[in-house]
Amino acid sequence: MSIIEVTDVTKIFGEDPKRILPLLKEGWSKDRIFKETRHTVGVNRVQFAVEPGEIFVIMGLSGSGKSTLVRLLNRLIEPTGGAIRIAGQDITRLNAEQLRKVRQKKISMVFQKFALFPHRTLLENVEYGLEVQKVPKKEREPKAREALRLVGLEERADSYPEQLSGGMQQRVGLARALANDPEILLMDEAFSALDPLIRKDMQDELLELQEKMKKTIVFITHDLDEALRIGDRIALMKDGAIVQIGTPEEIMVNPANEYVERFVEDVDLSKVLTASHVMRRPETIGLDRGARVALQLMRESGISNLFVTDRSRKLIGVLTADDASEAVKRGQPLEEIVIRDTPVVAPEMLLHELFDICGTSKYPVAVVNEAGRIVGVIVRGAVLGALAGHVANREVSVDAAETTA
Amino acid sequence: MLPKLPLDKWVDRMVDSIEENLNFLFDPISAAIEGVVDFFSYLLHLPPAIVLIVLFAALAWWIMRWPMALFTFVGLFLIDNLGYWDHTMDTLALVLTSAIVSIVLGVPIGIACARNNRTQSIVTPILDFMQTMPAFVYLIPAVTFFNLGVVPGVIASVIFAVPPTIRLTNLGIRQVPADLVEAADSFGSTPSQKLFKVQLPLAVPSIMAGINQTLMLALSMVVIASLIGAQGIGADVYRAVSQIKTGKGFEAGLAIVILAIFLDRLTQHLVKGKKHADRRG
Repeated sequence: MSIIEVTDVTKIFGEDPKRILPLLKEGWSKDRIFKETRHTVGVNRVQFAVEPGEIFVIMGLSGSGKSTLVRLLNRLIEPTGGAIRIAGQDITRLNAEQLRKVRQKKISMVFQKFALFPHRTLLENVEYGLEVQKVPKKEREPKAREALRLVGLEERADSYPEQLSGGMQQRVGLARALANDPEILLMDEAFSALDPLIRKDMQDELLELQEKMKKTIVFITHDLDEALRIGDRIALMKDGAIVQIGTPEEIMVNPANEYVERFVEDVDLSKVLTASHVMRRPETIGLDRGARVALQLMRESGISNLFVTDRSRKLIGVLTADDASEAVKRGQPLEEIVIRDTPVVAPEMLLHELFDICGTSKYPVAVVNEAGRIVGVIVRGAVLGALAGHVANREVSVDAAETTA
Repeated sequence: MLPKLPLDKWVDRMVDSIEENLNFLFDPISAAIEGVVDFFSYLLHLPPAIVLIVLFAALAWWIMRWPMALFTFVGLFLIDNLGYWDHTMDTLALVLTSAIVSIVLGVPIGIACARNNRTQSIVTPILDFMQTMPAFVYLIPAVTFFNLGVVPGVIASVIFAVPPTIRLTNLGIRQVPADLVEAADSFGSTPSQKLFKVQLPLAVPSIMAGINQTLMLALSMVVIASLIGAQGIGADVYRAVSQIKTGKGFEAGLAIVILAIFLDRLTQHLVKGKKHADRRG
């Protein structure tokens, strides 16, 4: 079951927002509503569901309504219409006391500008969520220290926020949100105020933490690279509405409309596409065959290298045409001329990580799955083609290679 | 021509009816205020002047370092030397009482204003009125309700001095960054947890600035309060004026100035100084 289920959620700012709801249903545009009624549509009939343990990224430019949307999820902003179910419970119907309970136990938030309390030490900041639940100091302090340890700041527990750099402050923000062990983390542009290198570190750290914690994370960002890096799924917002929801790959490869397409056209494809997108079908030969057969195969397919595998298609090494013709003259078996320290990569490896390997290797790069079986080969031309926007021939997928094996 | 509005009659009638109907309130208020003034007065007159002078100088040194401590020592010693020590302590008791009453009333009213825009829009014009109405005018109802002496002096001082505490408490709370308030809400704080754990602590510098202003205004009321029988250095100034004794007037005025500088610097540095001590500890 989905842990967050958002149905038809709308937020309209203005004097009499309820009056505007029917107009939206009639299909009035945001602009027309503003011009004729002086009401602003913040979030327009949004619908999505988030699965437990998922990192769900909501991305859009400023003014797209993403920050409003995330505040609707814990009702820091009251929705005008629609239902928001957190673990099955519609929080739009809760009274103030019940809502406080949900905020205390189930949902924590991390803020763009950290929002640490400047008059409290790091430890006291992290304790805050437990403190308002009236957890006694003796119980909450170890929990807060543990949360600080998770983000690597346990030694600074008695420092004040102003004594820390931005990146460290946001770690405290994260620790504060984790201390009361919520099921859901809302992260509102959590890394946007950090400089790019720190931002990347924090993204990595978040992913690492997520491996251990398996929280459900709703992450707001305006940075598509960030969305692609950390999102399991991405919802793209424009003018308060969701334009497309999908995995990073789906959004890149099949943009739902022109808006998404324009959005993604500047994206660094090398950080989205993986080896499995650009690899070609590998030409292989069994180790038990002779050099003459190998030469014949190369001649037929017009290539100068062959991958050598065992009977179960596990990669052993690579064979060059020169070595093969030498071996034919001397009558050597393949065993003796196969080059075993050939570079291999996993199918999930991102393109930009491939550049270095492809650039320095004398031999084609083999794509090898977890079982050690060869599933593809990376050819330089295909990498360049993919960067130019031509995603390689999809018939060679990981699965296809398995079945032909 | 339009006949004159009987505004004076209306006000008189209102004051009369307040006196009649709320009389039961005035005696306990009067007793409480008198008790506080007497308490401070007793404390300040208990040790010999030199002991207090050293204590105040030490306080100044602890909070602000030595130049201010030196000023405090020399200044207070001068007051004692000129023969105004007892009256200055009477005045200090009056000012401290006015300040405490102002804080007790002003901070909660300021909080109420910060939490509710309507309260703010009602209170603000009243404060404007209180601050611009000539302070002498408050003496009349204060005497009507509380007779002569130190109590109406405190009441008139409070009316004149409380607005900055209210305004700056309100402002201080409203200036707490919105994202901190949001953070407090997002963790499920109750409104009072939010107030006491986040908003008030962050508003302390602003509230202290208000209290500082309140103290200064209360001090500026001591001469006026002496018109209705409040004892202290204000009475010395008033006497010097009525007898046209410039030298005496200067001496008494100087005593007020020294006291004012001491109280002003002390309250200005209270927040900063304490923060430093905490960090070092």
